[in-house]
Amino acid sequence: MNYLNETIDSLHKKLADKELTSKELTDQTLNGMKDKEKDISAFITVNDDAVKDAEKVDNDGIKGSLSGIPIAIKDNIVSNGIKTTAASKILYNFMPVYSATVLEKLEAAGAINIGKTNMDEFAMGSSTETSYFGDTHNPWNLDTVPGGSSGGSAAAVASGEVIAALGTDTGGSIRQPASFNGIFGIKPTYGRVSRWGVIAFASSLDQVGVMSKRVEDSATVLSAIAGHDEHDSTSSEKEVPDYRANLSKDMTGVRIAVPKEFWHEGTNPEVIAQVNKALETYKKLGATVDEVSLPALKHAVEVYYVLASSEASSNLQRYDGVRYGFRAKDVKNIKDLFVNSRSEGFGTEVKRRIMLGTFALSAGAYDAYFKKAAQVRTLFIEEMNKVLEDHDFIMGPSTTSTAFKIGDKIDDPLAMYMNDILTIPANLAGLPAASVPAGLADGMPVGLQIMARPFNEQAIFNAAYALQEENKFYEQIPTALKGED
Amino acid sequence: MNFETTIGLEVHVELKTKSKMFSPSPVAYGAESNINTNVIDFGFPGTLPTVNKEGYRLGVMVALALNAQIENHTHFDRKNYFYPDNPKAYQLTQSDKPLGHDGYIEIEVDGKKKRIGIAELHVEEDAGKNTHGNNGYSYVDLNRQGTPLIEIVSKADMHSPEEAYQYLEKLRQIVQFTGASDVKMEEGSMRVDTNISITPVGSDTYGTKVELKNLNSFNYVKLGLAYEEKRQAAVLKNGGKIEQETRRFDEKSGETVLMRVKSGADDYRYFPEPDLPDFEIKPEWVEEIKASLPEPAQERRERYINELGIPEYDAGVLTDTKEMSDFFDEAVSFGANPKLISNWLMGEVNAYLNEKKIGLLDTKLTPEHLSTMIKLISDGTISSKIAKKVFQETISNGTEPEGWVKEKGMVQESDPAVLKPMIMDILDNNQQSIDDFKNGKDRAVGFLVGQIMKQTHGQANPKVVNKILMAELNNR
Repeated sequence: MNYLNETIDSLHKKLADKELTSKELTDQTLNGMKDKEKDISAFITVNDDAVKDAEKVDNDGIKGSLSGIPIAIKDNIVSNGIKTTAASKILYNFMPVYSATVLEKLEAAGAINIGKTNMDEFAMGSSTETSYFGDTHNPWNLDTVPGGSSGGSAAAVASGEVIAALGTDTGGSIRQPASFNGIFGIKPTYGRVSRWGVIAFASSLDQVGVMSKRVEDSATVLSAIAGHDEHDSTSSEKEVPDYRANLSKDMTGVRIAVPKEFWHEGTNPEVIAQVNKALETYKKLGATVDEVSLPALKHAVEVYYVLASSEASSNLQRYDGVRYGFRAKDVKNIKDLFVNSRSEGFGTEVKRRIMLGTFALSAGAYDAYFKKAAQVRTLFIEEMNKVLEDHDFIMGPSTTSTAFKIGDKIDDPLAMYMNDILTIPANLAGLPAASVPAGLADGMPVGLQIMARPFNEQAIFNAAYALQEENKFYEQIPTALKGED
Repeated sequence: MNFETTIGLEVHVELKTKSKMFSPSPVAYGAESNINTNVIDFGFPGTLPTVNKEGYRLGVMVALALNAQIENHTHFDRKNYFYPDNPKAYQLTQSDKPLGHDGYIEIEVDGKKKRIGIAELHVEEDAGKNTHGNNGYSYVDLNRQGTPLIEIVSKADMHSPEEAYQYLEKLRQIVQFTGASDVKMEEGSMRVDTNISITPVGSDTYGTKVELKNLNSFNYVKLGLAYEEKRQAAVLKNGGKIEQETRRFDEKSGETVLMRVKSGADDYRYFPEPDLPDFEIKPEWVEEIKASLPEPAQERRERYINELGIPEYDAGVLTDTKEMSDFFDEAVSFGANPKLISNWLMGEVNAYLNEKKIGLLDTKLTPEHLSTMIKLISDGTISSKIAKKVFQETISNGTEPEGWVKEKGMVQESDPAVLKPMIMDILDNNQQSIDDFKNGKDRAVGFLVGQIMKQTHGQANPKVVNKILMAELNNR
């Protein structure tokens, strides 16, 4: 199956009209994956039961629009009976005994979990290079990274292995890879989607979202996975709209704010040109574009890395070799068991962040680091919300560059962290944000980032859809896939 | 050199909820290992806590009963440390904004009343349990993991082991009367850690604090603290220095033993739990909880003395435990004389419990049966001798007294119309006894009563018999 020319609606029609069974679709998907995975390596685990699951959907009958459709799942979302690793050696053999709420909801909608996608270890990274299971390759140029941390999900969608994938976004982990792979990706408002069953990186920032080539497909999937969950006290009780049905590309009178701080000095001029082109499109469609200022933005990266690492240092303490996952051999006492299991089980980047966070929370550093960062975060939320009082959107580039070469930044953590500078603000403020393809810069995709008021995912889908219908970026075939057809 | 002692106590009390503080697993004492657990208790990846509101409510109850102020805007914090019985490697607790603060308990030592301050109270989750096998393996049981606790931190207001003992007794009593906890040291639903330091009399600085653990009864607390007082004084007198250390009380030797020397403060890297939103404790809810607080021991004691005429000492015994006091109140509600109920509870009932080494609620005695039985005595239906038989039957087998007394024909004969002819008949046949009586031999009366009792199989009411007999004797 090559999903590049399909949508969830087109597939649903074939399934509903019995032109195709879910079993056939799933078989074809697995065959397509077999072929493309040689180049892309987007998956850590393929679901052995996918065909069986599809047969069950066929037997029960095709119902809603996701019924019978295979979807890829990032490997930090726990799946009952399917190995879930968070791309870490410390969970290399972890078999969950329960499923994340988002998977329960997808299953209830009849979607097929086709497999678990590669990612940066515990979602810490911007290139998928920190995975214990090897690199994933960008279908636009196999020598470049797919971005991260949801790099596997992004590459699987961009290469047409699947129609849509779930990702998670703590500081840009959906939007940056979506941008690098020329697809749409949305991080919903904090609290829109349940985190139950999502392996925690930074609890106050993590959010599950959707990636797909077409805006309307993410809209369909988000409606299916969003909503209140009694297992997650931070999930919102606000009603979930039918984003797909409510999709509108009317941009008349819409007010767009572009923070001048988003034109980062290191940003690739070609990226800026593509983003400006997208903004021009909105103007043409009847929107106004104002330049605004978010002064606190200059501290975003520092604030983010203190808060995210602090929470991570605590969240990742449970991986101690006692109850599940990797356990070091030949230990003599409990301290060795803890120290050796963790030393051997975690990769370099994860260790770096654990140490950073442990320091930021320690008695002598707490006030100057964790507490200060939490205060600046509050300031930041106020600034962003103030801009959104008289603007419908905050827009800008999703990333400062297009996908970089594999190996280029992995040894320069600071350069890697700066990658997140444009995506971090939405996580710190808990705002919904998406990346939608704006065009190509030197043959590689560029994403426009769209942020909106809390729980206004519909507005983001609408704006992204409006741009998509203008630039028809989805018609572009990733370079590395050309010639295969 | 004389020394002054300063003692502070940290008491953990298990709150009596059906499920755990942050997970829906049941709370139960003594179940098979790891049965009462789920993915949350095991700290599985992706799991999240949810707050048990009932646990928090019980915490507020305890805080109110201890005269504390309730914090209105609060959150949970993570206390980070590695240990096999701590599956998330952090404990959910309240460090920043504890549930309550600035409470107190009034104690009485040597007839003098004294107020002991409570610095703060916070709700937290208990850890699991580690056990070490003979095979070189250690085992983790997570049944207890997540059980709600309230930690009650006293101010360093106590200056003798006796004061600490009285504080604990009073604390146990107050908490027990709220119904929020069983407060049983032997089941671990109440646990005590102590801090003790001594300093020369008149010194304006505190001595170095020593932490004392493994105190499995209030008595051990007293003994352990007393030992520490002496040990520390001896060290100082010999020119030594007290180390900041943790010691354990050894029950066999009655001594305290070094566990570990503290090198600086532990760094638990506390920070607000991001998986749970901050929450508001509304004043209306606090008022509602306050209104629902059961009558505390002190008030019950005063009521027993002032309204029911129970002697002070007896009222104290009746209010020592909530189960005894509840039993008494309920028995009173069934109409028997409160003083008599009190006498029975403190006499026959207590003797029975001591003999069988069981608790009041382990017997088949109900407040209603006790009250009924006492009423049968009061209205003369049964004699106090028969009552002892009835009591044994009721407390052992749960038999309803009134029906049983009738069924067994134990009802006392008090009708003069029945008794008088019988007495006349006996007198007619015992002229010798009448003569003896007239000659001043009182023993004769005993003999005659005995004859009547024999004839009525012991069921004649002695009072009535006596009255008729004396009148007849004097007539002859």
